[in-house]
Amino acid sequence: MLVYIARRLVYVIPIVVSVALVCFMLVHITPGDPLVAVLPADASQELAAQLRAAYGFDRPLPVQFGLWLWKALHGDLGNSIATGRPVLSEVLRAVGNTVTLAIAAAIIGFSFGLLFGLLAGYFRDSWIDKVSTSIAIAGVSVPHYWLGMVLVIIFSVQLNWLPAVGAGPGGSGQWGWDWAHLKYLVLPAITTSVIPMGIVTRTVRALTGDILSQDFVEALRAKGLRETQVFRHVLKNAAPTALAVMGLQLGYMLGGSILIETVFSWPGSGLLLNSAIFQRDLPLLQGTILVLALFFVFLNLVVDIAQAAIDPRIKRA
Amino acid sequence: MRTSLLTSGRTATALTMLAMASTVALPYRANAETVLRIGMTAADIPRTLGQPDQGFEGNRFTGLTMYDALTMWDLSSATKASVVIPGLATDWKVDEADKTKWTFKLRPGVTFHDGTPFNADAVVWNVDKVLNKEAPQFDASQVGVTASRMPTLVSAKKIDDMTVELTTKEPDSFLPINLTNLFMVSPSKWQVLYERAEGADAKAKSQAAWAAFAKDAAGTGPWKMAKFTPRERLELVKNDAYWDKARVPKTDRMVLLPMPEANARTAALLSGQVDWIEAPAPDAVKEITARGFKIEKNEQPHVWPWQFSRIEGSPWNDIRVRKAANLCIDREGLRDGLLAGLMVPATGTFEPGHPWRGHPNFQIKYDLPAAQKLMKEAGFGPDKKLSVKVQTSASGSGQMLPLPMNEYLQQALAECYFDVKLDVIEWNTLFTNWRRGVKDPSANGSNATNVTYAAMDPFFALVRFLQSSMAPPVSNNWGYINNPKFDELVKKARTTFNAEERDKALADLNAASIDDAAFLYVAHDVGPRALSPKVKGFVQPKSWFVDFSPVSIAP
Repeated sequence: MLVYIARRLVYVIPIVVSVALVCFMLVHITPGDPLVAVLPADASQELAAQLRAAYGFDRPLPVQFGLWLWKALHGDLGNSIATGRPVLSEVLRAVGNTVTLAIAAAIIGFSFGLLFGLLAGYFRDSWIDKVSTSIAIAGVSVPHYWLGMVLVIIFSVQLNWLPAVGAGPGGSGQWGWDWAHLKYLVLPAITTSVIPMGIVTRTVRALTGDILSQDFVEALRAKGLRETQVFRHVLKNAAPTALAVMGLQLGYMLGGSILIETVFSWPGSGLLLNSAIFQRDLPLLQGTILVLALFFVFLNLVVDIAQAAIDPRIKRA
Repeated sequence: MRTSLLTSGRTATALTMLAMASTVALPYRANAETVLRIGMTAADIPRTLGQPDQGFEGNRFTGLTMYDALTMWDLSSATKASVVIPGLATDWKVDEADKTKWTFKLRPGVTFHDGTPFNADAVVWNVDKVLNKEAPQFDASQVGVTASRMPTLVSAKKIDDMTVELTTKEPDSFLPINLTNLFMVSPSKWQVLYERAEGADAKAKSQAAWAAFAKDAAGTGPWKMAKFTPRERLELVKNDAYWDKARVPKTDRMVLLPMPEANARTAALLSGQVDWIEAPAPDAVKEITARGFKIEKNEQPHVWPWQFSRIEGSPWNDIRVRKAANLCIDREGLRDGLLAGLMVPATGTFEPGHPWRGHPNFQIKYDLPAAQKLMKEAGFGPDKKLSVKVQTSASGSGQMLPLPMNEYLQQALAECYFDVKLDVIEWNTLFTNWRRGVKDPSANGSNATNVTYAAMDPFFALVRFLQSSMAPPVSNNWGYINNPKFDELVKKARTTFNAEERDKALADLNAASIDDAAFLYVAHDVGPRALSPKVKGFVQPKSWFVDFSPVSIAP
């Protein structure tokens, strides 16, 4: 197992360097001036050159990349051009808020996804299957920003039950796990959860149906095992694939959703990216993309290791 | 009877308790803090360290609230033009012998929020923070938004404690207007933070000090920073010791919340989460007013134009064509239809009533027959259309609804024998080309560009577009306008130091630009905002800025 983990860790290194290079290149090939946040279009050419030099944008791109990567390896992602604040602290604060939202959404989405998937798989072609499948299809089909707006109109504007925007009465800096704060999480978490719920439902339904049709299930029943014991075997066989799918979904959610976080003004990594894109804040954009990509890479690593732990066949492969 | 007595006894007890509760609650209610919560369009809190980013929305919320400048805008009237008035300077004059030197008398008795006095040293320090690279407090990140707005200022010198001398690189009568953009922060506060800051060298320490200052700022403005959560909220409290007693805020606390999405802002207002939102979603205006909220709007110093190419071969070099385009647009129709009333038809950079309007001979209005006649005189007609290409964006700061508005223009101009092609590009690309000009390959063969602009001061409103020396790469004369009359009038305005005569020269320049149909003038934004009925005392001036001091919140 240790060898397997070590091998997977070695694979991570080229992936991380490639991710860093790609995200650096991507943000630098986008059109527009990287100093647009601090340099109005009416600034003189002399002033523009002066600021370009002050921020190091006058250097060749390979030099800029080398300097940025070197600093990044030392935990310094530079300062935001727009705010002057360190990028790392900005990203970590935003990622923290996105993690809160993602965990809440994962609890909702995965719980209902597993429930509907297992029910649909067990009672295939029954009305339970049809209802569960319809919910799953709706979950993956409905545009989540639209759903977010509809939920806000119903529960905030019309019923006034839940807040429309924000991350707590005093902002995320004063977050608490009481109802006064949790009510700010309800609508964005439900909105974020619908796609993973739909995907998990469909995956688990297919897996359950497939496993139930296999010979070993018949054998288990023939041996006289109770249905709960058979169910345990089905679960164990479905777990690796379901876990991989849930891991990927969690990764997507931890990456933050620009649309959902913008609709709910939730101060997570999606909203941070939105702001960085519109302000052409290259250090912030690069730093955010890098941290999120690394998050995704390491989450995949954790899922791979967990899968290997559950199913030794994967380790051998 | 017994029941009745019992009931009446309970009622009496309840009433007594209610009365007691009211007695206890009343003083609390009288002292309860009043809070004004505002949803901004910005995705982040504008910078708080003295020179805000995010354009004039930044100045509106984190500039003019916490800080003052030597000169400031009069924001007290909804009907009169907003003009420059004394701020931290009470009086100023140019040196008669050397017109590059100005003397500013400072307002006595003003203190920063940290209790230190405002004086000439503070002014010199604040000029140096953006203009003197050798000064420890020099901050490159504040230079762009400041130096470009006061392009001729070069230095400041203390004459005595309450007098400073400012020097410009050339005679420039616009200086007092431009100084509205230089906000005064407390040097003492910064120095304390600088001494505490950690950094490998003086530059790193300076950056750390500015970062710390942004979290715990001190200016002289009517509002003081109370609490700052980056990207989420800024809380300001009223400055009871503000030097202008008439402008001490009537609300105890103001909470600023970034809400970049228009529907989210609208929902926050309608659900009672905020009391005020900037730029409500246009299609929600009916719902907002139907629920008893107020929509405030007024003509802003903002222009939504087409800026013409005037290089050789441009179809816009014929003044008949330029005038025809200006006469071919039904601006009232645009206002009442597409924009649901949220615009003012533009008949020039400045409208009648503004001191810089002047008396143009060419009246910009909707006159289809006149437009068609001009086009026919220029050699075009139903069978020979004039092909023009305009670059625009699908969105962008101040652009209003660029695509539908341009499609409206496209249809309208077709009636006057124009064949308009739209080249829709990303906002920042359009903005960058604005500086590079029509000759740059990024103009993509267009002969007009659609970038909106602020018209707060003469340089931004007129000079940078009309003076021939402002052609790229110097400034925003995108189309290379080269009209000796404009150059002469710019020079006259810049070197006329009597304020009334300077305004007259600017009015002549504006009138000349209208007579020349220098741009296709289409609309002025109206800065719409929606307010809860609890918000009282608000006056929306004809400005990008507002004064939050007279605003109160009814219980």
